Amino acid sequence: MLELRNLQIRHKNSDSLFAPLNLSIPAGQVAVVMGPSGVGKSTLLDAIGGHLAAGFQTKGDVLLQGRSLLPLTAQARRIGLIFQDPVLFPHLNVGQNLAFGLPRDIKGRSKRRATVHKALSDAGLADMGDRDPATLSGGQMARAALMRGLLARPQALLLDEPFSKLDTALRAEIREFTFAHIRQAGIPGLLVTHDPQDAEAAGGPMLTLSPA
Amino acid sequence: MTPDPADRWLARLVLVAVLTLILLPIVAGFWQTARAAFGVVPALSAADIGLAAWHQLAATPGLPRAIFLSLWTGAATTFLSLLLSAGCCVWLHRGRSKGLALRMLTPVLAAPHAALAIGLAFLIAPSGWIARAVAPFAGWIQPPDIISVNDPWGLALIIGMAAKEFPFLLLMMLAALNQIPLAQTLRTGRMLGVPDARIWLVLIGPQIWPLIRLPLLVVLAYSLSVVDVAMILGPTNPPTLAVMLTRLYGDADLLLLLPASAGSLLQLGLVMVSGLLVFSMQYLMRVYGPAWIASGACLPGLGLVLRLAAIAGAVMLALTGAALIVLLVWSVTWRWQFPDLLPESLSIRFWMRAGPTVGGPLVTTFLLAFFSTAAALITAIGWLEAEDRRASPRAPWAEALIYLPLLLPQIGFLYGLNIAALSAGLPQGIGMVAWGHTIFVFPYIMIALSDPWRALDPRLIRAAAALGAGPWRILWSVKLPVLLVPILTAAAIGVAVSVAQYLPTLFLGAGRINTLTTEAVTLSSGSDRRVTGVVTSLQALLPILTYALAFAIPAIVFRHRRAARS
Repeated sequence: MLELRNLQIRHKNSDSLFAPLNLSIPAGQVAVVMGPSGVGKSTLLDAIGGHLAAGFQTKGDVLLQGRSLLPLTAQARRIGLIFQDPVLFPHLNVGQNLAFGLPRDIKGRSKRRATVHKALSDAGLADMGDRDPATLSGGQMARAALMRGLLARPQALLLDEPFSKLDTALRAEIREFTFAHIRQAGIPGLLVTHDPQDAEAAGGPMLTLSPA
Repeated sequence: MTPDPADRWLARLVLVAVLTLILLPIVAGFWQTARAAFGVVPALSAADIGLAAWHQLAATPGLPRAIFLSLWTGAATTFLSLLLSAGCCVWLHRGRSKGLALRMLTPVLAAPHAALAIGLAFLIAPSGWIARAVAPFAGWIQPPDIISVNDPWGLALIIGMAAKEFPFLLLMMLAALNQIPLAQTLRTGRMLGVPDARIWLVLIGPQIWPLIRLPLLVVLAYSLSVVDVAMILGPTNPPTLAVMLTRLYGDADLLLLLPASAGSLLQLGLVMVSGLLVFSMQYLMRVYGPAWIASGACLPGLGLVLRLAAIAGAVMLALTGAALIVLLVWSVTWRWQFPDLLPESLSIRFWMRAGPTVGGPLVTTFLLAFFSTAAALITAIGWLEAEDRRASPRAPWAEALIYLPLLLPQIGFLYGLNIAALSAGLPQGIGMVAWGHTIFVFPYIMIALSDPWRALDPRLIRAAAALGAGPWRILWSVKLPVLLVPILTAAAIGVAVSVAQYLPTLFLGAGRINTLTTEAVTLSSGSDRRVTGVVTSLQALLPILTYALAFAIPAIVFRHRRAARS
């Protein structure tokens, strides 16, 4: 369960970006945040994930399974983040990208490799572990990015308009793929989007941000 | 999120490293120089505080002329470099071959000053390549009786310095253009019917001036106080002030270091006054410029001047290329009589013979370049990483601190630093010289690395953090590999800067540490051109090969990673 309690974000010298937010996302569900451009949707994800730029202040609280996240560093929060672009590491191959966030308790070269291999197969990328990420198609990159995020075993997943750059046919497929994996992982997801179809497909709680 | 104690520890460590590595030697050097200038050098049992050293300096024959020559050649070099780089900048922007032009600048940027100067001397000397090319038409069978190198007005020095400095300014200008809304400015200006040359002068110029001001001041300070190039190409009797002081410092009579120290402070004064002059010109531009622009007055012929400057820049580049080639040609020459355009017979004998004489300096040059670049690169990466973790922009004082060693005349504090090191009981030798090189390598590495470091896609870092990677793992396995190209480029620049150092090696090595550069400068005064050709070619090739390596390594390491190569 991911909870936002009276969450407010403001930059040092200005007012709050939006009215205080309250939201509870049960495990396995995907909540949707919508709102006009520039209202601070990405900033909200930054605040939850621990990536806020210097100069931003938060009020209220963010709880994950009852534990407050705000005092923690980004890596200690264990919250996955999926961007509009896949942002695969350009210097690693596809398999190494997936292995990057693999927890340390998966020990042994062969076990780690098997885990990555299974994830690749799940994503329809079975033979692409050694490929240069720059050579993948848009849909393959999107699936690789999602699998990389999930292999780190996050406690929640934030999605920042992850489907908006895909063409219509691909969008439905990747959306389906993403939501299915979040359900399977049994973690709360939070999706920021402009697309009403995304919101409908997510089927979780919905929230519209408006300027404070 | 509270700052991690380890982050604060890193920031402090970097600050301490920069202060001891860079600021401490500068301050200690100036302090000892100032003490000597007013009569206090305990090591020589000189302790009469007073102005005797200044009187002695004033009585040095040719001092007024030396001061004039320094100011004239320094100002002319800076002005010429600015003009040529501005002309080339405008011209390059019109063409589509910016990348090609940048690649052609690389060998010039990499080659040490001294090598270019010696090559240029081989070109323009009465018996040089240019005279040989002209000889059949002029009917010369003997080298003509003209003074083209070491001319009393320092023209050869100005050309030699501008040939090396204008590509640097050009590079800084092109980088600055990326930071302003260039296309919009051009479009707006053209829409209003303003001629291109005027758009560059009154719309683009003022926007990039703040970004190239420090590099221009670096060129000014360096041109006012350069020693090696002035020894090779500059006037001899009297020489420029910096060369005159180097001779005084090197005199067998150790007490001459007192007037030399006074001269060092004078040199510092010249640099500071010239810098202030630049700032007062900037002030005048700010006060009167806008009204002048609004008045619609124009500089007639500005477009023509810029075009001529671009042509002159291209000629200068061709000249530099020829200078590097003539060095190589001389190094493999056996017989080459005057009016012949090419050597009569070739031989690699001088390369084979050079082994014993060049081997030692080559190893020393390599070690100095390696250690100073390594120290500067590690410090620079630490600095940039500490900045990332503080997540606040660089303070103006920090930017000034980075540029400081390049804004001060080397001769102002290096001998003083030597005295300071001696009195602190530090061993003289290669370590001390490497430290001296690091002072000047660090700023260039910081300048080269800062922009690419900040331009790194922040989402890569967030993605890594979201996958559970801590700051050290992000640095090691994301930032450093993704930034491999700029890091290697910065390292190559560091090597080039170190290889080119003359005065730090001379003063801090107490004349006992010989590098390819000190050898080349020594040989340049009237030795066999074939021997000089070998040493100087080697001096120029070392940094050029390092650059080539910096291009080759990422291409090999990332041969299967398309996006990581760029």
